[in-house]
Amino acid sequence: MSTTTIAGLPGSEKLQSKAPNVAVPEMWETFKSDMKLVNPNNKRKFKIIVVGTGLAGASAAATLAELGYQVDAFTFHDSPRRAHSIAAQGGINAAKNYKGDGDSIHRLFYDTIKGGDFRARESNVHRLAEVSVDIIDQMVAQGVPFAREYGGLLDNRSFGGAQVSRTFYARGQTGQQLLIGAYQQMARQIGLGNVRLWNRTELVDTVTVDGRCAGIVTRDLMTGDIVSHAAHAVVLCTGGYGNVFFLSTNAMACNVTAAWRAHRRGAYFANPCYTQIHPTCIPQADDTQSKLTLMSESLRNDGRVWVPKAVGDERAPADIPEDERDYYLERLYPSFGNLAPRDISSRAAKRAVDSGRGVGPLKNGVYLDFSAAIGRLGKDVVEERYGNLFEMYERIAGEDPYSTPMRIYPASHYTMGGLWVDYELMTSIPGLYAAGEANFSDHGANRLGASALMQGLSDGYFVLPYTIGNYLAPLLNKPVPGVDHPEFKAAEAAARQRYQGYLDVKGTRSPDFFHRELGKIIWDYCGMERTEQGLEKALSELPALYEEFQKDLRVTGDGASTNQTLEKAGRVDDFFQLGMLMCRDALERKESCGGHFRAEYQDDEGEAKRDDENFAHVAAWEWTGDPMQSIRNVEPLDFTTVHLATRSYK
Amino acid sequence: MSHLSDIKLKIWRQAGPDQGGRFESYLIPSISDEASFLEMLDVLNEQLINEGREAVVFDHDCREGICGTCSLMIDGQAHGPQRGTATCQLHMRKFQSGAEIVIEPWRASAFPIIKDLMVDRAAFDRIVESGGFITAETGGAPDANLIPIPKPVADASMDAAACIGCGACVAACPNGAANLFTAAKVAHLSLLPQGQPERYKRVEAMVETMDEYFGSCTNHGECEAACPKEISIDVIALMHQDYRKAKFANRKTLSRS
Ligand SMILES: Cc1cc2nc3c(=O)[nH]c(=O)nc-3n(C[C@H](O)[C@H](O)[C@H](O)COP(=O)(O)OP(=O)(O)OC[C@H]3O[C@@H](n4cnc5c(N)ncnc54)[C@H](O)[C@@H]3O)c2cc1C
Ligand code: FES
Repeated sequence: MSTTTIAGLPGSEKLQSKAPNVAVPEMWETFKSDMKLVNPNNKRKFKIIVVGTGLAGASAAATLAELGYQVDAFTFHDSPRRAHSIAAQGGINAAKNYKGDGDSIHRLFYDTIKGGDFRARESNVHRLAEVSVDIIDQMVAQGVPFAREYGGLLDNRSFGGAQVSRTFYARGQTGQQLLIGAYQQMARQIGLGNVRLWNRTELVDTVTVDGRCAGIVTRDLMTGDIVSHAAHAVVLCTGGYGNVFFLSTNAMACNVTAAWRAHRRGAYFANPCYTQIHPTCIPQADDTQSKLTLMSESLRNDGRVWVPKAVGDERAPADIPEDERDYYLERLYPSFGNLAPRDISSRAAKRAVDSGRGVGPLKNGVYLDFSAAIGRLGKDVVEERYGNLFEMYERIAGEDPYSTPMRIYPASHYTMGGLWVDYELMTSIPGLYAAGEANFSDHGANRLGASALMQGLSDGYFVLPYTIGNYLAPLLNKPVPGVDHPEFKAAEAAARQRYQGYLDVKGTRSPDFFHRELGKIIWDYCGMERTEQGLEKALSELPALYEEFQKDLRVTGDGASTNQTLEKAGRVDDFFQLGMLMCRDALERKESCGGHFRAEYQDDEGEAKRDDENFAHVAAWEWTGDPMQSIRNVEPLDFTTVHLATRSYK
Repeated sequence: MSHLSDIKLKIWRQAGPDQGGRFESYLIPSISDEASFLEMLDVLNEQLINEGREAVVFDHDCREGICGTCSLMIDGQAHGPQRGTATCQLHMRKFQSGAEIVIEPWRASAFPIIKDLMVDRAAFDRIVESGGFITAETGGAPDANLIPIPKPVADASMDAAACIGCGACVAACPNGAANLFTAAKVAHLSLLPQGQPERYKRVEAMVETMDEYFGSCTNHGECEAACPKEISIDVIALMHQDYRKAKFANRKTLSRS
């Protein structure tokens, strides 16, 4: 099935998905019946490290501890309740078919494969769709106050690009409520002594001994202490790398460091160029801007996107008559209209702005207009649906969306690429797992709205707790390397040297300065639209800027107390290396698919042109010591259940 | 877009948990009125690094008012002058040129200062760990629609669950009490049918853990005024009521055993 390898391609024999050799819909049941088990009384003999306590990490840590494993959970946040997952607004998908509108596991599976532009593994995606229904049950039992109908049953809505209503939500705070649910479940295990929590502690390296992951090295963000932790298995749930763009909708602290340091130790990094640009964010207002704020995509259910038909139209939106407005999504994609998928809507907005029809003081946005919805449904209904989002918009942009249309523009939002994992979510380092946004597995080249929360919780609650036992069972009563092993000592020494090194450069520019410059290059050449020429340019500019970073960085303060400038320096360092790999990945992928749009590969109408013959595969990069020289390995993708088709939303 | 000029900042600097602190003054010559308050501090920190000085440490993450990480006393008010707004959502357009702004960390004995404007709020986690959950281990949950929940009940639970755990309520309270935080969690879970089995055990454990770390509530109501999510103080009444019932119920059980 999906375990094919291509002879002659370097390293591809390592890239075995290990999915059971049966039809896709039967794989997960087959896996569960065949996997090795650890006896309940033996589970406490195993220690598992979970790094990251967002949705993926908190649900994994809680469940593994409930099963009886000893769990150590790490987060650089002050509390697990703060992870970036908390900011998700719109909702979480599940194939419950509570609306009886024709949803099913197969349809969610199909939509996810198609939405991902046929660049995800069927096996993993089918499992995701299967367990999606259990997530909702689990979260309701956990006390998540999902939106309800008057009869008391759960409410659903349709969300970005879906033709069925399968999205569950808690006002505009779905991520918050889900994270709090998973956090509370983990907190219970902390209280019971089954999970040991390490907050304000950052993973700075992973350690491999005899080909197995033996543990991690961390830095205490309050004292600078570098410490080793040994375990039988390590799970990275450390989120995505969208902040490589500097400006993104991600929380300020999101970074690639954990995944990247594991990559440098041998974990393959897959499809780094698959990044998602979200169509509905508040446009940049000035150059002090530190991050961009997402306006939930659910707004597109009732808002209409438009720009003036005329270039340079300076009139206030209310003064522009209907027939002088271009509702371009409705015009170009009549069947999906304002709900066209993210990548398509984003590029359409870019084209509108690039054509000189952008709106707002900096002409860098498009309108999202609610006047028709207010007319049709009344202000109360609109307020009930979107009240808190409107309030948030007003606070940031200083304008009232009930009376004047919102201004929106695309921004970096989510990263589909990440650590390569097999069917069991194990990276190419045995014993090292990756879950949630940190892995690459389920969304192909484009993620559907409301599917990241689903994936994080699926991985943490319903996949890892099974698959990890399959790895651990044969290790019962076998000794594992302790923290005094020379590999741990060497990694500790390297970490101390790394952080001292940043302090010792004593140059003239802050880490933020370099991060902004890096972000600009990545956004311009590896953002919404990529070209060979642009990527080549980026690949010539990045090493030069990186060298400047290494020579001219300035980190003030010291390494023995909280120093956010020093933390940032380490993260920007990794973003540089990742940025180079992203551009190389984008350059090598000579096709357009999902979030990866190469201008050279489009049809006459400007739609993405995939090349299934040459690129229906995962690109998994292998570290060589120099990010400009990483080796590209491929895992071919077989489609046995869904037929490869052109993704059309017309 | 216009600019504000000459913003004078007085900021609390403290090198570590056990060290003395002091106010230091800084000047921001010019800042866009579109900038957020924290972006103004970013500008200050760039300025400090350029001068070879150590940046001001402050907690922040989402900058969208949802993670609860940001935590500044601005001119003596938790999260500053705008009602229902976390520090990160406060914008410079609410200030004027020449303003003098005093910035301090949360002040509460349960929240020790880590450095400059950053405090340790782990005591909140301890309260949740003691009982702020519904015991429902992964795997055994019934179908999500098995128990209908009337919409007004789900809504009331959600109102309380909106708490972001920032600690403004504690910082604003003259007694450093954590009743609003604790009661919001109690209300979120106790209003739901799923929360009933552990209702009294939960409230008892949480209140008693809260009392170990925090001061006592004397109904000042400052917490509600400071809450960026405008959580109603009514939840505190609910918590007290349940706590009394819990004590009574437990006494009955004790006398029987
Ligand atoms: C504004 C916004 C809105 C969104 N809305 C939706 C939505 O409506 N629906 C949806 O499905 N998805 C949404 N998403 C995407 C979704 O929120 C994320 O993909 C998902 O929450 C990621 O969860 P995670 O558990 O993988 O990682 P995160 O929640 O990012 O957690 C990462 C964790 O790792 C820790 N960590 C990271 N690195 C280290 C390190 N080196 N050492 C120690 N700890 C570390 C962090 O402390 C944190 O605990 C949204 C995203 C954004 C930006
Ligand atoms: S930084 Fe997240 S609430 Fe302010």
